[in-house]
Amino acid sequence: MSEATAPKAVEAPLTFLDDRLGSTTFFKRNMKKVFPDHWSFMLGEIALYSFIILLLTGVFLTLWFRPSMGEVVYDGSYVPLKGVKMSEAYASTLHISFDIRGGLLMRQIHHWAALLFMASILAHMLRVFFTGAYRKPRELNWLIGIGMFTLGMLEGLAGYSLPDDLLSGTGLRITQGVAEGIPVVGTYIYMFLFGGEFPGQDIVPRLYMVHILLIPALLLGLVTAHMMIMWVQKHTAMPVKNQSEKQVYGYPFYPVFMAKTGAYFLFTFGVLALFGAFAQINPIWLFGPYDPGAISSASQPDWYMGVLEGSLRIMPGWEINAWGHTLSLSVLIPAALPLGIVFGGAAAWPWVEAWVTGDKRHHHVNTRPRNAPVRTATGIAAVTFYGLLWLAGANDVLADKFHVSLFATTWFFRVTFFVGPVIAFIVTKRICLGLQRKDADIVGHGVESGVILMSPDGKFSERHEPARDEEKHVILSKENARLQPPDRDANGIPAPGSKGPIGHLRSRLNRAWTYDDIPVEEHEDGHEEIESGRTSREIKH
Amino acid sequence: MSDDNKETAGSTGPREDDGRRERVIGTPSPAREKALLAEDNISAPAGVGEQLDEASAKRAERVVASFFLLAFLASVVFIAYFIGWSGRDGGMHGVWDAREVNFWLGGTMALAFLSMAIGVTIWVRRLMTSKPIVQERHELAADEETRAAFNRDFLEGAEDSGITKRPLLRRTLLLAAAPLGLAPLVLLRDLGPLPEKKLRHTFWGDAVKRAQAEGKRGVRLVVDGTNKPLKVSDFATPGSMITVLPEGMEEHLPEDQVLTQVAKAVTILINVPSGEFKPAKGRGNWHVNGIVAYSKVCTHVGCPAALYEQTTHHILCPCHQSTFDATDAAKVVFGPAARPLPQLPLSVEDGYIIATSDYHEPVGPSFWERG
Repeated sequence: MSEATAPKAVEAPLTFLDDRLGSTTFFKRNMKKVFPDHWSFMLGEIALYSFIILLLTGVFLTLWFRPSMGEVVYDGSYVPLKGVKMSEAYASTLHISFDIRGGLLMRQIHHWAALLFMASILAHMLRVFFTGAYRKPRELNWLIGIGMFTLGMLEGLAGYSLPDDLLSGTGLRITQGVAEGIPVVGTYIYMFLFGGEFPGQDIVPRLYMVHILLIPALLLGLVTAHMMIMWVQKHTAMPVKNQSEKQVYGYPFYPVFMAKTGAYFLFTFGVLALFGAFAQINPIWLFGPYDPGAISSASQPDWYMGVLEGSLRIMPGWEINAWGHTLSLSVLIPAALPLGIVFGGAAAWPWVEAWVTGDKRHHHVNTRPRNAPVRTATGIAAVTFYGLLWLAGANDVLADKFHVSLFATTWFFRVTFFVGPVIAFIVTKRICLGLQRKDADIVGHGVESGVILMSPDGKFSERHEPARDEEKHVILSKENARLQPPDRDANGIPAPGSKGPIGHLRSRLNRAWTYDDIPVEEHEDGHEEIESGRTSREIKH
Repeated sequence: MSDDNKETAGSTGPREDDGRRERVIGTPSPAREKALLAEDNISAPAGVGEQLDEASAKRAERVVASFFLLAFLASVVFIAYFIGWSGRDGGMHGVWDAREVNFWLGGTMALAFLSMAIGVTIWVRRLMTSKPIVQERHELAADEETRAAFNRDFLEGAEDSGITKRPLLRRTLLLAAAPLGLAPLVLLRDLGPLPEKKLRHTFWGDAVKRAQAEGKRGVRLVVDGTNKPLKVSDFATPGSMITVLPEGMEEHLPEDQVLTQVAKAVTILINVPSGEFKPAKGRGNWHVNGIVAYSKVCTHVGCPAALYEQTTHHILCPCHQSTFDATDAAKVVFGPAARPLPQLPLSVEDGYIIATSDYHEPVGPSFWERG
């Protein structure tokens, strides 16, 4: 091939940049960066694109929104509220909805995108957890992810509080009540947050700053770090043929992945536009302006706050009064404990797992969930825990829809809060081990072909055929568990750390992690048979 | 081969290249893996990397082009509708206009994005001839030598700067930095006032004092919304419930304080049938023939406890379902609230229901200094 030259329109700016930055070296190195394929790898992309859409639509909304709690009498085009006293924030939100062309669309896309942002982060995190993609060297990105989800919750809370409608004011009221319940400094935090007593005049302008500047800037920084780390470390791959710890297999960034991910952005935006056009969300004009004495029944926060709402609802009314002070356990425990367990546990998990398994290696190929039963079971237990609290956040709606007593519904969640995760753990682990057994069977005996043979002496048997290569590769990606006895030195003396309660705990956990593992391996003598193509086994049922 | 992966994962053995040179794409990998290009492409988009049949490629091209054309048309309609139609009859105002504009703009926008997305997707899957390739995963950590060199340089720099040799510098620098870090926290002090006793009083107290200064026994209750004083005879139906406030909030409070004081003073008035009413100890004269007043601010986290169930006389907070018994000093029957709703002492003056004092305890959620 003769020397290829790019068109001048491309060549000129590239040369310009290269002369000044040496950028072509970077482009050359990264242009064909390989991206392994799997449908679940797009979940994080949805989050990224929702974030971009949030920035775009958010900028549009700031052009008209007035973050002020100053009182005005509404005189806009929404007739039912004409003449009603309300804050400027609420009035300007009505103005955006009913007097700015495309304003309602942008508001609705913004809100839907926020829900999608949080949902896709959560789905992405579950994918990462269940495939073990958080393991060394990717712990940092795992922590960044948890940080982004937490920031996203705050960002969402600040965001839906801005319109100052009845629903958002109720959300702020709850936030205030929780802040007030913090021991020792609660009332100070409350006063400093609201600039005085609730609701005051300061909270909306302050949340506005937090919502459009502080948290988006932090999120943008974390997103950038997340992407750069991913780029440097290369994406993990699923344990399929051609993927290994040493190499990554897939389509090049330019042009395939670039086009695919571009299309993906368009899909995300398109679907959100569809929702924004046809699915109503947060119709603040129906709720009315905030009035501290009013409330609507079945008030529900955005979904990512549901878990906090649920834990507040199922908590019994415990409170300690002593020495002239009050400790409001019925607020503190639900506000801090469940999310503390889930997020704190998730953040610590990569190190806990490495400590228990003694596995300090790098991992680039993911694990199938069934091949790490304790991890998978713990994950499902956490999902159950979170899911139950989330459902408990709608206990009044559930009680109403299913015609059960409200108190019974609450008691159901109070009990399953403890029992549910345990059952989920046990059941999931059993399922994982069952799947391991099936895998061992496929590798050892092949797959059932459905062909029944009759031997000359009248015995029936089913012919088993070796599994396809691809399938076998996936199955054999399992690393059979090995018990990790405590380190010993040359004289057989256990390492200092392995004694004592911590050392024993580690040994016990290590045993729990490994003891019921089903080895999946090709039989030494099986090679011949399988290579010769066909094998048959008697039916021994 | 899967076992191989595990043995080599994270190993720091010598690399086959010198660790810097990038392999030219498309040349055989120095790694031991067999497959370089996928003959049996696994999770690949159908068609990618295959030799294209020119006739079907042409067809695909036309399909993609039609989707792009559709996207173009949708965007044109978006702009045309915006300029030509959405502003007619004096512009977009009100629910019906907003709804129409929302459907048109949102619909065309979605159509434009989605058809472009579909077009690109078909393009990738049917027309791109890129083949899957293999790249090595490089060791992330620097080798021993680099690390050692870095350590050397780092210590050398520290030595050269003198920070290790001159502890006085180090300590005074730290000393200088410490208060500087606290300074921003001090700056935040004016975010709000100190709590003091603010949470212990409501506007009922002020209003009662003002009324008593005028020679009355207490302040009248006005109905939230209409601001009309409430007569006993107006509220005679057992089982009824209404939200009330002290009289004179709008007149006596600065405008920006009204909502804040309402948030604390808001009160529910319930007419409990006298047969079922059990006045609490020491509150025998706080009710008017079974008409009782409780704070509407839930003692859990402060939502308005606004639902009243007539048959059971339960007051329910719709936020977290704390339930209080209106017949029995608003004691907690169920839910996360830990204490009863505070009760407001009532009486009658000139036929009007009045409050004779402020709440005797702080209203709303519990806090540390409450005691």
